[in-house]
Amino acid sequence: MTIEKTASAGTLESSDILVTVEKGEPKKGVVIKLTSSVSKQFGKQIKTVITECVQTLGFEDLIVTAVDSGALDCTIRARVKTAIYRACGSTDYVWEA
Amino acid sequence: MEERLRRTMMFVPGNNPGMIQDAHIYNCDSIMFDLEDSVSIAEKDGARMLVYHALKTIDHESKEVVVRINSLDTPVGREDLQAMVRANVDVIRLPKTEKAEDVVLCDQLIEAIEREIGREVGSTKMMAAIESALGVLNAREIASASKRLIGIALGAEDYVTDLKTNRSPEGIELLFARCMILQAARASGIACLDTVYSDVNNEEGLIAEVKLIKQLGFDGKSIINPRQIQPIVDIFTPTAKEIEKSLSIVEAIKEAQSKGSGVISLNGKMIDRPIVLRAQRVLALAKAAKILKAEEIDNVF
Amino acid sequence: MSFKSLENIPHLDMLEPFKGVFCDEYAVKELKTCHEREMSDNKIVGSLEEAIRLCGLKDGMTISFHHHFRNGDFVVNQVMNTIAGMGIKNLTLAASSLIDIHKPLIEHIKNGVVRRIETSGLRGELAEAISHGLMDVPVVFRSHGGRAAAIETGLVKIDVAFLGAPSCDPFGNANGYSRDNDKGVICGSMGYAKSDAQYAEKVIILTDNIVPFPNVPFGIPESDVDYIVETETIGDPNGIMSGATRFTKNPKELLIASLASEVIQATGLFRNGFSIQMGSGGASLATVRFLREKMLKEKIKASFALGGITGQMVALHEEGLIKKILDVQSFDLEAANSLKNNRFHQQISASYYASPNNDGSAVNQLDFVVLSALEVDVDFNVNVLTGSDGVIRGAIGGHSDTAAGASVSIITCPLTRGRLATIVDRVNTIVTPGKTIDIVVTDQGVAVNPLREDLRLALVSSGIEVCSIEHLRDKARKLCGESAPIRYTDKVVGISTYRDNSVIDLIYQVEEDV
Repeated sequence: MTIEKTASAGTLESSDILVTVEKGEPKKGVVIKLTSSVSKQFGKQIKTVITECVQTLGFEDLIVTAVDSGALDCTIRARVKTAIYRACGSTDYVWEA
Repeated sequence: MEERLRRTMMFVPGNNPGMIQDAHIYNCDSIMFDLEDSVSIAEKDGARMLVYHALKTIDHESKEVVVRINSLDTPVGREDLQAMVRANVDVIRLPKTEKAEDVVLCDQLIEAIEREIGREVGSTKMMAAIESALGVLNAREIASASKRLIGIALGAEDYVTDLKTNRSPEGIELLFARCMILQAARASGIACLDTVYSDVNNEEGLIAEVKLIKQLGFDGKSIINPRQIQPIVDIFTPTAKEIEKSLSIVEAIKEAQSKGSGVISLNGKMIDRPIVLRAQRVLALAKAAKILKAEEIDNVF
Repeated sequence: MSFKSLENIPHLDMLEPFKGVFCDEYAVKELKTCHEREMSDNKIVGSLEEAIRLCGLKDGMTISFHHHFRNGDFVVNQVMNTIAGMGIKNLTLAASSLIDIHKPLIEHIKNGVVRRIETSGLRGELAEAISHGLMDVPVVFRSHGGRAAAIETGLVKIDVAFLGAPSCDPFGNANGYSRDNDKGVICGSMGYAKSDAQYAEKVIILTDNIVPFPNVPFGIPESDVDYIVETETIGDPNGIMSGATRFTKNPKELLIASLASEVIQATGLFRNGFSIQMGSGGASLATVRFLREKMLKEKIKASFALGGITGQMVALHEEGLIKKILDVQSFDLEAANSLKNNRFHQQISASYYASPNNDGSAVNQLDFVVLSALEVDVDFNVNVLTGSDGVIRGAIGGHSDTAAGASVSIITCPLTRGRLATIVDRVNTIVTPGKTIDIVVTDQGVAVNPLREDLRLALVSSGIEVCSIEHLRDKARKLCGESAPIRYTDKVVGISTYRDNSVIDLIYQVEEDV
């Protein structure tokens, strides 16, 4: 999969996270711009989850902008993955059992 | 194993993380995450991914987890099935079922996925929602189309449109469909669930409708708000008198068994099989409503 | 007995003999009519500035306010602007509580007009600024009962109390409403202002509604009042009374409320003549509704309801389910109107309500109190003062007072708020010690303090599932993940005191994000 365009997933509702992904510059790694209502308590954790998710899908250089309203980890994973699939224009989902 | 109670099956919109993560705290019997009508076309992928991760992460304890997928005529619906069977869902709810073939197709697709991932074949259950005149007339065949089926349900909104009418407070327009799918469910030995009551603020109307469908013989009802749970549970909870009677029936069976007697009698009257079955259902409902104390439950089950 | 023997009474010769009717030294015949005296011999002064001057307010003194106007209060800001204009500095501001609308205090703190603050709570931008180190001296947080005791014992000595009143007659009989002529602003009970009026060196009433003598019933008697200032407006009715408090439709709050009412019934103390206090939060209010059903079904009536009063409580009173209401603060218009119209709806002072110095204080007569919490820890300590991010955003109120006084104290709270756990290892700030908290009711389980094995047994035998508080903590943690500890500086910005005014915890300045 390759990033074709900038794409978003999620909402600004409470317990959700709005994730936007765009093509990153080569060798710059995963760049995360995070705003969160719980950044003091969970900022680091949220960034870890986003990075893991991006890498699981095989991307190394990506810019992720996230506006978090207290989403759980599972919601963050879902929104990041959806945004990436959308950005790639792909429906070749990989579901793990 | 005793039969699972399905008094309340709660709809939860599939693209709302707040509602998804809170669903398990309510005392509904089943949770139904919806990928179909409550999710806009543009968000189908987002909702599917969200429910998939929620199923894999959140502990729903003893509740039955159901996912309503999109129609299998679309790529969206087939992808829903792929994701949900892999996320170990308990039950796939098939929307707008019109004929037995719809159920058979879904069954086959599920089996293929089960084999692919090594999930026990047949462990993914199914239920079929009947939402059209054709579906109602085919209810008998639909209900017996797959061993995976645990129940069928009426979806009234599309059905009344199909009939060229609309829903009335008394629900006379639904009477035929309710009776039809109920006979079909019972003939196949599966559960039968009624349609939603959409006016959340009208508790009186809800109660009237639930009393009606309980009297008809339904197992329970689909609901759209946690506030609808308690009134339904209250109606399905047996009275103290019913429980007392059922307990003495079960006692009489035990006594007869211990004496090796084939004939069961209580207060001089013969107790036949239907009475026993009714008593057992009353006690199961009483246990679910937590009004039977632990020691009494031990005696019964 | 002869008159002669009277002369043997010691010191009799030192008493003054009668010198005739209305002699100058004693009393004068009052020829003016009441109306004339209202015009000429009243306590009304021309301006707030004049009243402040007459009170002799000086640098370093202590001034006080009440918070019965809640977020509609114009009194604090108006008075502080006037004081700042007069060049008075280094004041201690001892308010019964401070809220969002009081954010202009930030400037008065920066300019040195206010040096120290005592309050039940802080909210909004003022609270944020103080949490980030605005003040040199930490804020002292007191419970309503603790504050009353501090004022009574002289621990807090008020030099001038500035008390806004929705009605006042020319001699200083003031109240939170008027039976003659209500204007736009009514606040019902003036419970928190009563001790201030009684013990302050000088008392100024600010009112927009001067009514004829006698303004009865009064919340504050004329004997406690020195000066009256008529101002155009004392508050915004919309901020003071947000209309009728409504029942929540939030299913999670309803779930908690329903469970709380089950718990109350299961304690065995839910019987004729029980007494109860409930907060104004969604779950508490909904608990009232579920309890009402149980009271009707079981034919049980409450002897009294206490504390901050809502229209929901009033409805039960008017239905005959609650015999009497003791009202220290009226939360909505229905409560205020009931105080005005219902004979057994009684206005009480903060001291009568909750002072720990008084065995008779009403909190001690409570059977049940239903309280909220920002955080509860595994020792049952409760925080209602600081958020999960360590920033001040709440008020002690009567929390520690009622928890100590009630036979059964029940905390109702969601297990998590968004991603934030409510049940934690250690609360950020201890407000109410765990020893006084009996039962915690969440949407995902009920925990009973091990000190109350009696209650646990009662609940279990009624079929309520009880788990350990640790179980609730683990459940919350599993859902939310492990939260990073909040980083603080060494600077103390607030002192949480218990109701006996001893220090129970310290609040530190939160470290700025880098």
